[in-house]
Amino acid sequence: MSLTILNAVIAVVAAIAFAAINAAYLVWAERRGAGRIQRRPGPNVNGPFGLLQPPCDGIKLMAKQLMIPGGADKALFMVAPVLAMAPAIMSFVTIPFSDTIVAHSMNIGVLMIFAFASMGAMAILLAGWGSRSKYAVMASVRAVSQNISYEIPMLITVITIVMMTGTMNLAEMVASQTGGIWHWNIVPSLSSPLMPVSFLLFFICALAETNRAPFDLGEAESELVAGFHTEYGSMGFGLFFMGEYANIVIGASLITILFLGGWGCPLGLYPGVWWFLLKIYLLIFSFIWIRWTFPRTTIYGLLNLSWKILIPISLFNLLLTAGLLKVF
Amino acid sequence: MSGPIHIRPDETFTLNVGPQHPATHGVLRVKMEMDGEYIVKAETVLGYIHRMHELMGENRTYPQVLPNLSRLDYLGALGYTHGHVLVIERAAGIEVPERAEYIRAITVELNRIASHLFWFGAFVMDLGGFTPLMYAIQDREHILDLLEAVTGSRLTYCYYRFGGLYNDVDDDFIAATKAVIPMLRKSLKKYDALVTGNIIFMKRLEGIGPISAEMCRKYGATGPVARGAGIDFDVRKNEPYSVYPEFDFDVPVYHECDSLARYKVRMDEMEQSLRIIEQGIEKLPDGPIMPKKKPKLIKPPKGDYYQAVETARGSFGIRIVSDGTKNAYRFKLRSPTYSNMSLFDEACEGMMIMDALAMMGSLDLVIPEIDR
Repeated sequence: MSLTILNAVIAVVAAIAFAAINAAYLVWAERRGAGRIQRRPGPNVNGPFGLLQPPCDGIKLMAKQLMIPGGADKALFMVAPVLAMAPAIMSFVTIPFSDTIVAHSMNIGVLMIFAFASMGAMAILLAGWGSRSKYAVMASVRAVSQNISYEIPMLITVITIVMMTGTMNLAEMVASQTGGIWHWNIVPSLSSPLMPVSFLLFFICALAETNRAPFDLGEAESELVAGFHTEYGSMGFGLFFMGEYANIVIGASLITILFLGGWGCPLGLYPGVWWFLLKIYLLIFSFIWIRWTFPRTTIYGLLNLSWKILIPISLFNLLLTAGLLKVF
Repeated sequence: MSGPIHIRPDETFTLNVGPQHPATHGVLRVKMEMDGEYIVKAETVLGYIHRMHELMGENRTYPQVLPNLSRLDYLGALGYTHGHVLVIERAAGIEVPERAEYIRAITVELNRIASHLFWFGAFVMDLGGFTPLMYAIQDREHILDLLEAVTGSRLTYCYYRFGGLYNDVDDDFIAATKAVIPMLRKSLKKYDALVTGNIIFMKRLEGIGPISAEMCRKYGATGPVARGAGIDFDVRKNEPYSVYPEFDFDVPVYHECDSLARYKVRMDEMEQSLRIIEQGIEKLPDGPIMPKKKPKLIKPPKGDYYQAVETARGSFGIRIVSDGTKNAYRFKLRSPTYSNMSLFDEACEGMMIMDALAMMGSLDLVIPEIDR
């Protein structure tokens, strides 16, 4: 009994530490990456390559006074950042980094991640509502409508994959893709010829779900100042930031598990956690790349993309795969 | 807050965009009556950075006012001082050596490109793309270096004098300018490839933010805003001044009236400015840069003088009523952004806020120039 509790504590601490370190150093990577893309150095003063910048930022954020704007709903205002961060960390529990490194392998792993991901929208809504700022309310309404409309094609795509692999356990999903790149879900097969399209679709949805550019309408700084976290300073803002980056890691992990064979090697050699990390960081790099390359979409363009293009395609893919699975 | 809040379905709310807001690029305030994301009514509130340049123009002697003109528009300052020296030269009857006029044209066009480059970056940043700003600023830096070498300053130039220039250009400047032109051409092509063809960019601008020719006439909009609405008007062509008749250049005009048309006009204008600079350097005559005979004290004879010049933002007019003394009796500035801005209230009605702010970006606002 005590061993299981100890295990649980270790798992939770490891998950939080992984999320926090990732959040801190992804900010650094993002700023360095943006610097490279924009032909400027980026943070390079604190430590070698600016590697001490994240702790400095953390100390600065923690040292700041937590201001609650007058007239704000105090309880909601305080709860929202925690609610943004907590589900993101919870989702790490079921993610298998390799066949041995997983906090808790669940049979409904996919479902759990999506359930927690939906709570992120709640946090944004509460933040917007609680801070009593028009900009924040407008931004949070945008973000919620965006999250809802992008969850649908995302889930339909996941259903397609669940049908193909026959399991909702993330580790088993990866296991069904072992043995080299031609076994991965992204590669079209006879029963699922549209898988590359699905991958692209899921990738776009992951960008939108994590409120990343070009879908960062919730924090469109040229229109809504800073969006839903306009009124947040100090660690309230810090938690939102960490939650966002933790969500990015989860999005990249999900893409890796669902489409790119998890911890498997493209050539079937030496499977292990290193392949998993390599894949997620490559995906995260592409997220950063996209953010610093594209302008922002409009809110109606974004909703049109989801309802008029992505959902029909994903539904068609679902039906096609269902039919072909029956045939082959 | 206490008590229940009753929200009617047709209730609108007021959104204060500015005076401190990232989209307004300065201290501009727009009071927007919003219905959700839609703008019902907008009201521009000006005056946050009013510095009474016109009154200063009446209280100071003509040469003393000269530096004021470059404080109007900090991005394309040379065009404004050009207007001032032109009107005083005509009023006081001062001959300008040809070399000085050519150098003025070259530097004004360089400044126009610098201004448009900055606008390009800031505009794409308004649309959420941050990176082009960095590229544009880097290219603008080359131009600022060139201008710094001859004028001595980088932003608020006071380079032109009544009758000529403060400083002659040297061979280094000519060589450096010749080197910068092909580099800028390459960059412009790169921007076109990077930004103009982008599907998100096109979707945000095409058909969005209509400003018709009729509206331009109603509010007196000029420059790229009017040329994006199909009005073929450029002061350099229609009311030529300085040595512009000597140059062969086109006035880009687009008839689509949308934000994309205004974007394209400015991008094409940079290419045309490069052509003018090339020709200017080729034709640059030798000679003095200041006239031999120049009055010690500038005292234009009694009269009413007006001069319009094409600045980066549109037609800038300067009117001087002289009573024969060393101060102007009336000093009136017609700044292009003021007119371009005033159509915003009408144009943005019924638009979504993000489209309206994209349109505001396409107007190329410089707030100190609106408020003067």
